[in-house]
Formats: sequence, C-alpha cells, structure tokens
Amino acid sequence: MTPWWRDPTLRPAIVACLTLSAAVGVFGVSFGVGSVAAGSTVLQTCALSLLVFTGASQFSAVSVIGAGGSIGSALGGALLLAARNGVYGLAMSRRLDGSLGRKFLAAQLTIDETTAMAVAQPTRRAQQVAFWVTGVALYACWNLGTLIGALAGSAIDPKTFGLDVAFPAGFVAMVWPLFSDQRARLAALIGGAVCLLTVPFTPIGVPILLSVLGVLVGLQRPVSAPNSEVIQ
Amino acid sequence: MTWTLIILLAVGAYAFKVTGLIILGGRSLPPIFERCLGLIPAAIITALVMKDTFTVGQDLTLDARSLGIAVAVIAAWKRAPLIVVIVLGAAVTALVRQL
Repeated sequence: MTPWWRDPTLRPAIVACLTLSAAVGVFGVSFGVGSVAAGSTVLQTCALSLLVFTGASQFSAVSVIGAGGSIGSALGGALLLAARNGVYGLAMSRRLDGSLGRKFLAAQLTIDETTAMAVAQPTRRAQQVAFWVTGVALYACWNLGTLIGALAGSAIDPKTFGLDVAFPAGFVAMVWPLFSDQRARLAALIGGAVCLLTVPFTPIGVPILLSVLGVLVGLQRPVSAPNSEVIQ
Repeated sequence: MTWTLIILLAVGAYAFKVTGLIILGGRSLPPIFERCLGLIPAAIITALVMKDTFTVGQDLTLDARSLGIAVAVIAAWKRAPLIVVIVLGAAVTALVRQL
C-alpha cells in the first residue's frame, strides 16, 4: 500500500488540511493579541492554547475575564462551547482506529476543524489521514500563532490599533457560516437579544451563560414547511 | 486570567472530548439532544459579539467598536477571509477613534 503522504488520491485532502491549518494559525495570532489585551500574561495565553485547544472556548473565557466577569461565569460559558467537541467525538469514534493511548491523543485534537475535514472524506483511510494531518498541523499553527500574537500584543497598546475588536470581529467570521441554517439564525437572534437585555441587570459574564437559552429552538422538530405553525 | 480557570477549563474541555470519543464511543445521542448541542455555538458566539461590541462592564454603549463590527459583518457577509474580517474590523475601529 502506498504510504499516505505519497498517495495521489489523498493529496488534495492533505493540501486542504494544511491550508486550513495555516489560516487557523492567523486566528491564533488574533487570540494571542486579544488575550494579552484582556489582561492575561504571555505564559497564560500560551497555556490556554496548548492545554484547552478549542478556540471558541478560549476566546470566550478570556473575553469574560477581560470584561471583569467571575471565574465561574467564564468557565461556564467556555464549557458550554466546549460541549460540542463531545458530539464530534461521537462522530470520530466510528472513523478512527488505533490503541486506547492513540485515542486519548486523538481526543485532544477532536475539534470543529479536524472533524469537518475528516467527515468530508470519501474513504475511511482518507478520513483518518485528514483527521491526523489537520490535527497535528493545526495544533502546531494555533500554538505558534498564539505565541506570536501574545508577544506582539504585549509590545503595543492594543486599543490604538483597534485590536480589542479582534475578538468580536473573529467571532463574526466564525459564526457567519452557521447562519445558512434557519434554526441557527433564530438561536443566534435569541442568544444575542438575551445577552443585551440582561447585561444591565446581571453580574458580568452571566449574560453569556443565559444566551444558551437560544438552543431551545432545537427542542422543536425540524419542519419541512417554514410557515406550518402559522397555517395551523 | 487566573491559573485556576486555565486548569479547570483545560480539564473540562478535555473531559468533553474524551467522553464523546472514548466513553460514549460509537453510541448516538437522542436527536433532540444533538440538535440543541449543535445550536450552542450560534447562540453563544452571537452573544459574545454583542457583549464585546455594545457593552462596557454592565453598561450598554455605542462607540467606535460598533462601526468596526458593522464593517466586519459586511466583510463576513461578502465571504471575505477570516484575516480580512479581523483586520477591517480593527482598522475601522482604530480610525474612528482617531477622529
């Protein structure tokens, strides 16, 4: 059997995985900059990327702490965002082979990008190659980007360059593709509204926790006709 | 940022990953559960955008950030790459602050 890195049928997938990883590295830079801008040290910022390694949760935790929120509310919001990696794990468990030790390593790499690249491949072999190539390359790029961003962010005043907007602007880019789904748009609308309405009345960080109410949209079964409720 | 939070978050995030991949393994969750979990990012990330754009502490505000994010939204809508969305948002915010 041709080794995976020389198999021409796998080449397009590998190129796509590496391209994605490089792009995520740029996002890592913005995490590093934003994290030190929000008051973390360079070491703490790098520890978050090395140990937590799930972008949205890291951004969320730093953003809540930076605004003055408690550890509990920062942790709660970040863990809610991390919960979906459990669902990705379910999807990947049907596709990954190997020893238990290898699976504990794979677990740390089970995130949005690795799962998306893997499930998009047509064969089981390509799925595993895509998972590991994306996982290893993305881990390297994300952490290198974080370090560069944290060092650069400590050297300048982030507000002068509008870098306090790096987080929300990155979030916009992250969330936008999800809006192709009607339920996701509704969940986002509810989540965003709940957050703004509760900000003046609840401790900092709590509105982010309350915004999870938006997922209740998912309680309803998917309907084929969008206006069927109105018709009934 | 505190080390306590970093450690708790690292352990918690890894626990979710291990639960799905190793403990639950090939089993599937009830569809309603998967549907709700799948909507968490849309709800929370949107809330984070609102918080980072329109609030300072517990106050609602409109400032330079609002314009920066408005431009970022337009860029994302036009399918601009991630880095372009971030740079445009930051640049517009910085420019408005200079005015």
